[in-house]
Amino acid sequence: MDLENQARIKDLTDKYGKEDLIVVLGGAEAEASGLAAETVATGDPTFAGPLSGVSLGLKAYHMFELKNDVDADIYEAQIGMMEMVLNVEEIIEEVKTYRK
Amino acid sequence: MNYPVVKGAGYALIQANGMLIHHGTTQTSERRKNAEESEHLQKLPKHLRSFEDAVKYPPNQAYIGNITPDDLKNISRPWYENQIDDASRDGKYGEIMPEDEFLGLMKIVDIFDLVVLEEKFQAGVKAKLADHPILAGINKFDNMDKNSSTFDEIQKMVEGHLAVPLYFEGKLVGAVKKAHEFDEALSAHVMFENLVSKASAAYALKLLLAKTGLNTEEVDYIIECSEEACGDMNQRGGGNFAKAIGEICGCINATGSDTRSFCAGPAHAFVEAAALVQSGIYKNVVVLAGGCTAKLGMNSKEHVKKGMPALEDMLGAFAIHIAENDGVNPVIRTDAVGRHRIGSGASPQAVITAIVTDPLDGIGYKITDVGRYSPEMQNPEITEPAGAGDVPQANYKMIAALAVKRGEIARDDMAKAVASFGMPGFAPTQGHIPSGVPFIGHGRDMILAGKIDRAMIIGKGSLFLGRLTNLFDGVSFLIEKNSGTVDAGFDKEIVRQMIGEAMSDFAKTFNAQ
Repeated sequence: MDLENQARIKDLTDKYGKEDLIVVLGGAEAEASGLAAETVATGDPTFAGPLSGVSLGLKAYHMFELKNDVDADIYEAQIGMMEMVLNVEEIIEEVKTYRK
Repeated sequence: MNYPVVKGAGYALIQANGMLIHHGTTQTSERRKNAEESEHLQKLPKHLRSFEDAVKYPPNQAYIGNITPDDLKNISRPWYENQIDDASRDGKYGEIMPEDEFLGLMKIVDIFDLVVLEEKFQAGVKAKLADHPILAGINKFDNMDKNSSTFDEIQKMVEGHLAVPLYFEGKLVGAVKKAHEFDEALSAHVMFENLVSKASAAYALKLLLAKTGLNTEEVDYIIECSEEACGDMNQRGGGNFAKAIGEICGCINATGSDTRSFCAGPAHAFVEAAALVQSGIYKNVVVLAGGCTAKLGMNSKEHVKKGMPALEDMLGAFAIHIAENDGVNPVIRTDAVGRHRIGSGASPQAVITAIVTDPLDGIGYKITDVGRYSPEMQNPEITEPAGAGDVPQANYKMIAALAVKRGEIARDDMAKAVASFGMPGFAPTQGHIPSGVPFIGHGRDMILAGKIDRAMIIGKGSLFLGRLTNLFDGVSFLIEKNSGTVDAGFDKEIVRQMIGEAMSDFAKTFNAQ
């Protein structure tokens, strides 16, 4: 996960606490999305960024999982097309793993 | 209308293992953080491949034109295990160069005595370059007789931070000195990057001139579109790479300038070149760019972890000739230029609409009317292990998905559409290098051979990396089969005749009444 994003998520968690905080991912690929979910849950597995050894315990959801929670028209205009392009099920399965 | 044509293409690759290890930013960042304990830096040298393996690597052979992207599709992956055994460094559109020769070329293009090579190494490389069919007569070749140094002197400069080191096969063989006592824009690091960019672009231009027969004196304008900046502390990106490169290649009648837009820079440059030629301001414009050392080994951590060769060992460069309509070569449809506008929006759908379908709609074409699309042609063997997926394939799927949304194809036919207008990526991950341009040589040939009627070249750029805007960038243009007729323009005699005939007809009608 991008080091800049790791720093931002860490700062936001410090500022707002982790109780009401979720991370929404937009990754195009299962492995990378899973890596991001793992990073915000248990720490950066690559030990490269600010979340190395930091277990924030945050839950990450891919945007595809939140389809029914957002305005249908906006969803369609923004990422509707990508449902046809990406492997939606594989991405969701991978991201889910890190919420268990 | 007289559209400009794509008259020729030259492509160059340089294998640069020493630069990968010592100047790629993944490695320099690692060295800054934990030089002593870095497992990556310890393991990386074992993953470097030989020059012979780089030459035999199928994507590199596609880049210099010895095999087509369609041939590459038929070679099983991993490509690094299915090499082309009888491959040559010399290609239809260009060449692959080893690092020692390139260090010599850097010295040749260096006007300010900043590149210092160890004396024996310099003599050896001079002999090799003197036999080079294209570079032997290059301007400033006599630099290879000047200013050599001893190993100890070079080591002292590097240790004293007066120069950055140059390595070949693990040995220190030279250095690039800083060009000013304290100006960071002229530091040894910046001068090294800029001289690499200049030397590799000059190499591509020399290849274009040699492979296509374009005369040096015929070049009117050069647009350089790499991602480096040259200048000093008072104008950090002052320029001008283009004229510096043209000077080395003997383009005495050319002027030029630099165009930047991250990886979309080349696509912008082609639109500018096409406009300059169609307007008649210049007859022959060359769009070119050299390679980028910072991106060497960018994903090498993942490649090492997965037991692969460090495939990002290639500097890429290109030079493409845009000329007046000759009735033969494929035209650039200047009435179908795609662009991501500031207000276009950032969703994938908005981006593909702006870049792909808006220009096609303007001239009444459908997505499937385009024989091939050339978006970001990154080699998937490099990007997939790093979690970035198959970039060209993702672009093709997006274009096909948009075709489904527009009702141009059925959803079940998406894969078929992708297979028909898509190609495997074969370019090194050098930012501006893979961005659409690698297919121009192949596309030109396919159109000339009647295999396709048109191709769309797409450049995309991540402007947000510069931290001045969150905007994305994208530009596209269409190259198309030449109709074969050259519009001779306004002919006074024909107009006079037409007016005469009209007046005569009018008089007849008048008389009849």
